[in-house]
Amino acid sequence: MCITLNVNGENYTVNNSPAERLAFVIRESIGLTGTKIGCDGGDCGACTILLDGKQICSCIMPIAQAERRKITTIEGLAQNGVLNKLQKSFLACGAAQCGICTPGMLMAASDLLENYPNPTHDEIRDALGGVLCRCTGYQKIIQAVSDACKRENIDIKEPIRGNAVGANAIKTDGVPKLTGHEIFGDDGAPASALWIKAIRSPFWRATFEIGDLKRFISEHEGITDIITAKDIPGNNGYGIYPDVKDQPALAQSQVRYRGEPIMALVGSYHTINSVRDSDLPVMWNEQASIKNIDEALADGAHIIHEDKRGNILATGYVEKGDSDAAFLSSEITVEKDFTTSFVEHAYIEPEAGWARRVGNRLEIHATTQSPYMDRDEIAQLIGIDPENVRIIPTACGGGFGGKLDLSVQLFLSIAAWKLQKPVRMAYNRWESMVATTKRHPSKISARYGCNKKGILTGFDFNGDFNTGAYVSWGLTVKDRVPIHATGPYYVPSVKAKAKAVFTNQPVAGAFRGFGVPQSAIVHEALIDEMAERTGIDPLEFRMQNALRSGQKTSTGQELQSVGLKKCLESLRPNWRSARKLAHHFNTNQNGDLRRGVGIGCMWYGCGNTSLSNPSHMRIGISAEGRITLYSGAQDIGQGTNTTLVQAAADAVGVPMRQIQLVWGDTDRTPDAGKSSASRQAYVSGNAVKIAGEKLRSQVLRLANAGTDAVIEIDGGVLIVRDNEETHHIDLTSLPKMKPTGDVFVGEGYFDPPVTQLDNNGQGNPYGTYGFAAQTAMVEVDCALGTVRVLEINAAHDVGKALNPMQVEGQIEGGTAQGIGLAIMEEYIPGNTENLHDYLIPTIGDIPPIKIHIVEVSEPSGPWGAKGIGEPALCATAPAIFGGIYHATGVRVLHAPCTPDRLRAAIDDLKIKI
Amino acid sequence: MPQYVVPENLEIALEVLSGKNFTPLAGGTDFYPKLVGSFVKDNVLDITRIISLRGISDNGEFWRIGATTTWSDIIETRLPSLFNGLKLAARELGGRQIQNVATIGGNICNASPAADGVPPLLALNAHVELQTSTEKRIVNLECFLTGNKKTIRKLDELVTGILIPKPKFHSVSNFQKLGSRRYLVISIAMVSTVLEFNETNHISAARIAVGSCSPIATRINKLEWDLKGKKISPLIGCIVQRHHLDVLNPINDIRATSSYRKEVALTLLRRNLAELGKKVCA
Repeated sequence: MCITLNVNGENYTVNNSPAERLAFVIRESIGLTGTKIGCDGGDCGACTILLDGKQICSCIMPIAQAERRKITTIEGLAQNGVLNKLQKSFLACGAAQCGICTPGMLMAASDLLENYPNPTHDEIRDALGGVLCRCTGYQKIIQAVSDACKRENIDIKEPIRGNAVGANAIKTDGVPKLTGHEIFGDDGAPASALWIKAIRSPFWRATFEIGDLKRFISEHEGITDIITAKDIPGNNGYGIYPDVKDQPALAQSQVRYRGEPIMALVGSYHTINSVRDSDLPVMWNEQASIKNIDEALADGAHIIHEDKRGNILATGYVEKGDSDAAFLSSEITVEKDFTTSFVEHAYIEPEAGWARRVGNRLEIHATTQSPYMDRDEIAQLIGIDPENVRIIPTACGGGFGGKLDLSVQLFLSIAAWKLQKPVRMAYNRWESMVATTKRHPSKISARYGCNKKGILTGFDFNGDFNTGAYVSWGLTVKDRVPIHATGPYYVPSVKAKAKAVFTNQPVAGAFRGFGVPQSAIVHEALIDEMAERTGIDPLEFRMQNALRSGQKTSTGQELQSVGLKKCLESLRPNWRSARKLAHHFNTNQNGDLRRGVGIGCMWYGCGNTSLSNPSHMRIGISAEGRITLYSGAQDIGQGTNTTLVQAAADAVGVPMRQIQLVWGDTDRTPDAGKSSASRQAYVSGNAVKIAGEKLRSQVLRLANAGTDAVIEIDGGVLIVRDNEETHHIDLTSLPKMKPTGDVFVGEGYFDPPVTQLDNNGQGNPYGTYGFAAQTAMVEVDCALGTVRVLEINAAHDVGKALNPMQVEGQIEGGTAQGIGLAIMEEYIPGNTENLHDYLIPTIGDIPPIKIHIVEVSEPSGPWGAKGIGEPALCATAPAIFGGIYHATGVRVLHAPCTPDRLRAAIDDLKIKI
Repeated sequence: MPQYVVPENLEIALEVLSGKNFTPLAGGTDFYPKLVGSFVKDNVLDITRIISLRGISDNGEFWRIGATTTWSDIIETRLPSLFNGLKLAARELGGRQIQNVATIGGNICNASPAADGVPPLLALNAHVELQTSTEKRIVNLECFLTGNKKTIRKLDELVTGILIPKPKFHSVSNFQKLGSRRYLVISIAMVSTVLEFNETNHISAARIAVGSCSPIATRINKLEWDLKGKKISPLIGCIVQRHHLDVLNPINDIRATSSYRKEVALTLLRRNLAELGKKVCA
């Protein structure tokens, strides 16, 4: 049936069912992919468009209802390629990170500004309350909307030559994110691509047999093929460690978790999505499953992986000094048990991509955090050389660790290889939630000892982490946790153990912090207990135990850049006044509201634990005078595409606009490693700096110029000005070099200085650590058990902020995820598999966040920089829990602290008293 | 291929319903989310182009809210203080995008125990107007809702409007919803109150409803009786006692425990009434 839709002033006649979702038709039939689909359920607002000027969710509107009406999408905002004021304001404020929610945010804000030219922050929140953002913590979005009204002109200035590092440079990839032209995972597939849909296990544990698929295909027009494990030419196993490939791409005869794929339909969109699972010839035999750590470790529990007796994947261990002796003589000992839940990444972009076979090579365009790991994994899956796999990452609409493991790439590569046709796949929200990794639930017992003066003496920690059905990043979590378990303090005697345990639950993998956020909740609660027992102010207690430069960590490492004391000092004035204010509030009113202020500290090792994790960067100058940074570092919204260009500009000595960026493509960029472990600024930043400096020195050497010379480019001529002298280098006359064809090439390589850990976990696991302290003022409604976070103060030692605006963005976004972890986020397998049952913070849940950037230079970091991605999250939940304790006397022992749990704990406390 | 019909007048719509099995569709905000990963398989009767079904009118004895009136319409329409509770609920229902298309008729027909619109409508003593091609009937909302996702609507009937009887006395109303986050949240519990009172501030009628604490949002009749005749004061909330809520039957679910729901319903009711008391006495 033909329906005419008026989009951005143009009429489009489409031949779709009148019941078809408007978002789908705008994207697939009209081809305007700026409107995003995050949930297909009206829960996330990514698909927000204007219908007759009013914001609506286009994913839940039938096209029939949009007929004869005026539709405005993100592509309709910029006129003749010129950003409107709101878009400019978003760019200037850094309000877009990954950019996947940006179209929805801009459309919702456009509706608001049409009716309220000068909105208050509360009006902005009300208008944008229906759009979820997982990256920014909403602060800069509110600022951008507010500025768009208040400021006459919005200037966007580029940092001047030599001053790019440390400047608030706007995103180099910012404009396409604001106009809707950015290509994310589901935006670039060719029209001819066949669609893929995975068929997944409905059982937590089962065996199965597949019947006659040939017949099924012949009976269903529109299904081209159904791929199964038999179609995998290489090794049907994947996993992030080079030597552990335990997770089948397609299960062969048994499944270990609900959502595990057993086959995939390939064909036309409508046919494959019309097939019901029950139509397919699959015989299931459900078996008893293991739901949690206790069941997995119980006597007689079934074994999930044959080679892992007792369902224990592995145990990580750190021992320093003699903690048994320390506790025997300890003047004060505090001890508690804690548990945390599964947490979902909930990036707004579900996994998506497309692929094609080009001769004997595979080309995969997908959303990812790790192009080179994807390449190597796909190569062994298909049984071809890594060089025959080309990963061309699309923009990534949020990762947070969840897009490190393969997802759609598995199906895309098997189908494209077999069928020799382009194929595409996008997980729907349900799949994205049931089939991809989660934060490890934990069960931790720990004790901390100190003397009467509050000096730490010993620490014992025993944590079990539910790693789900497959390994994923379980080995990293069991290593990272014991190393970080004490928190950022000097402790003479430590014994810390973390076990990763298999269950028939969702695969737990990497999620911003790799287990460190869970252990931070534990050490900070115990620190608070000791502070109370010794009568020392919680901030001062931390101050006197804070690790210092030159002191040894639990693993015996001596660190150079340790900024915790400076972080605490910067929070101290506000801390004191806020604690007084809270006390005053509580003594002056008798209602149900109580306020409290808590503090949390953290540390975080940047880079892989005790493993080589190099980054290789390349910068070239072409014969035409183009300077290119070839960066394999994937920007997942955190801003690497900008910070690394800033680094390249300063290292080479040119303005940022002269640096072109080629990113991610494994054919065109060297391996920078994955975007995880808070390593890109530190590791790749170093590699870029080295590459740029090498390039510069080659140029200066050829020109015979001094180190302070200024490099300029005029077409094919390089001009080097050295004091009074000017040298000209004719680029066109120089020989082209491999592999880029540039005439100058600087290569940079950096691998953080780490060592292996011995049997007691002693050694140097990381090149550097980031440090942070945050305080949270909360208001608890003691009758309802609800917690409102009123203010966060966040002090982070980042060594050097390469781009302060982006550092703030990381802190704000991490803090928002920390708030979610603390009070609302709990993924309950089988129950919370959408974005209305699984809650992440909305724009109304994040308070003002005051940021104190602390810069204690790291000698091994580029310009002194360290990582911030994960440190941003870890201190928030402990600070909130400290605030809840201060307000109510309830020590939170389970995250999240939901209203019913807090109310029950308050009731228990009353009974005890 | 399922049919999709978009009539422009009510008669045709009712005619369509009288023939085959059609699912009436308005804002689609409950309809499409159930279909993630698949397609519409029902025959759909899209009623959003029937102008007579949308809008709020004063019909003398009662107010009439057309079935396809959106929550934004309700927020934007100037209405007496009787409707404050309904307006507050409208603002809490989803985000603006949802409020702009979701309808009052859809909210009651979907019959979720957590429907934000139902407690305030129960407190308004709302009646539901149902029509077939040959008949019209009006039933009390309490009778219309028969269970979780269940109503008395017959397949050939269309809900065409909601009727709100005008109270005899001056009246005020209120609403409060409790959820685990600020926006876009399914409530753990919610309450709505309407108090009618005379010149001396004595309550002549009270209607109190609690949602998300039983399969259908429930009127708290015992409390309504106990409030009758009492003088409104800022302390009026103290009248609410635990036993008033015996009628509730909340469940344990992912959002909260059953016992918690009962506790907070009590708190919310006390506060909700106290707020009204303060306003009336101010």
